[in-house]
Amino acid sequence: MYAALWRILPGPLWLRILWVLLLVTGILFALATWVFPWVDALVTNQEVTVESP
Amino acid sequence: MTAAPGTAPARPRSLRARSRRPVTVLGVLGESLITAGALVLLFLGWQVWWNDMVVAASQSSAATEISQGWIEHARPDPLAPVNNDAPVSYGDPVVASAPAPAQPFAVLFVPRFGADYHRTIAQGTGLDVLNSERLGIGHYSGTQMPGEVGNFAIAAHRSAYGGAMHLIHELQVGDPIYIQTSDGFYTYRFRDHDYVPPTAVEVLAPVPNAPGVAATDRIITLTSCNPLYSTAERIIAYGVLESWQPTSAGPPAELIPLIAAQAAAG
Repeated sequence: MYAALWRILPGPLWLRILWVLLLVTGILFALATWVFPWVDALVTNQEVTVESP
Repeated sequence: MTAAPGTAPARPRSLRARSRRPVTVLGVLGESLITAGALVLLFLGWQVWWNDMVVAASQSSAATEISQGWIEHARPDPLAPVNNDAPVSYGDPVVASAPAPAQPFAVLFVPRFGADYHRTIAQGTGLDVLNSERLGIGHYSGTQMPGEVGNFAIAAHRSAYGGAMHLIHELQVGDPIYIQTSDGFYTYRFRDHDYVPPTAVEVLAPVPNAPGVAATDRIITLTSCNPLYSTAERIIAYGVLESWQPTSAGPPAELIPLIAAQAAAG
């Protein structure tokens, strides 16, 4: 899968490496900005208060 | 595969042939599983470290703005020396009326949580307050206000989302817990810890754990999660009001360096 993606990337080796860095940065940004907060709200129990049952 | 110069191109060709290996179901499945594992680890890192740090910094600077705003409002020259040597009594503490939901109305300073520790307290304990990048600590609606006879009860995260009460277990008897409001500074002293089930609402009573009893003391109650990274229990920290001073009298001596540094930075 990743080998196939690597082959799709155009240009010489240095350009491909640049592409990979760009893509990884973009994906990490999207994860931290949108995906992780959404997942957090779904899976994490955030209760810190005492409440009547 | 001899070393003869004529056979040199064989090596690149074999590499190329290997990299053109067809995409197999098993290969995609394996790489997907590795990716999923990496994503889970990334998420945990984001939750307990990255986001926690980002939100903590943001909550902290928001609290600085509020704290400095009150000081500048009350004292045209916030850096003017203040005489804190003579113990002066300013009478009964001023008690503000309960603010609107999610409205910030106080700043918490706890030197035991860090020399620079200060966070905003807002009305209500919903996630709109606790997870906010500008608030972080919630005041239980219906409990008393700072300085009031009874119980001023607040809640915050132990970990993640700024972890405003991350070090609540480190409090030691007599540690100061300062509350700043637009009226002044309330100095509470830490009294004891308690560990209770999440349903123990009696800790919020005007006399904690004695609902229905008329209060005579001015108590502060901090609640957070216990154990760390779990929500199975609640950790409670109680404090008792020691003194009060209006904003015009300047901050308590211990807070002067921090507040002066913030004024200089702002």
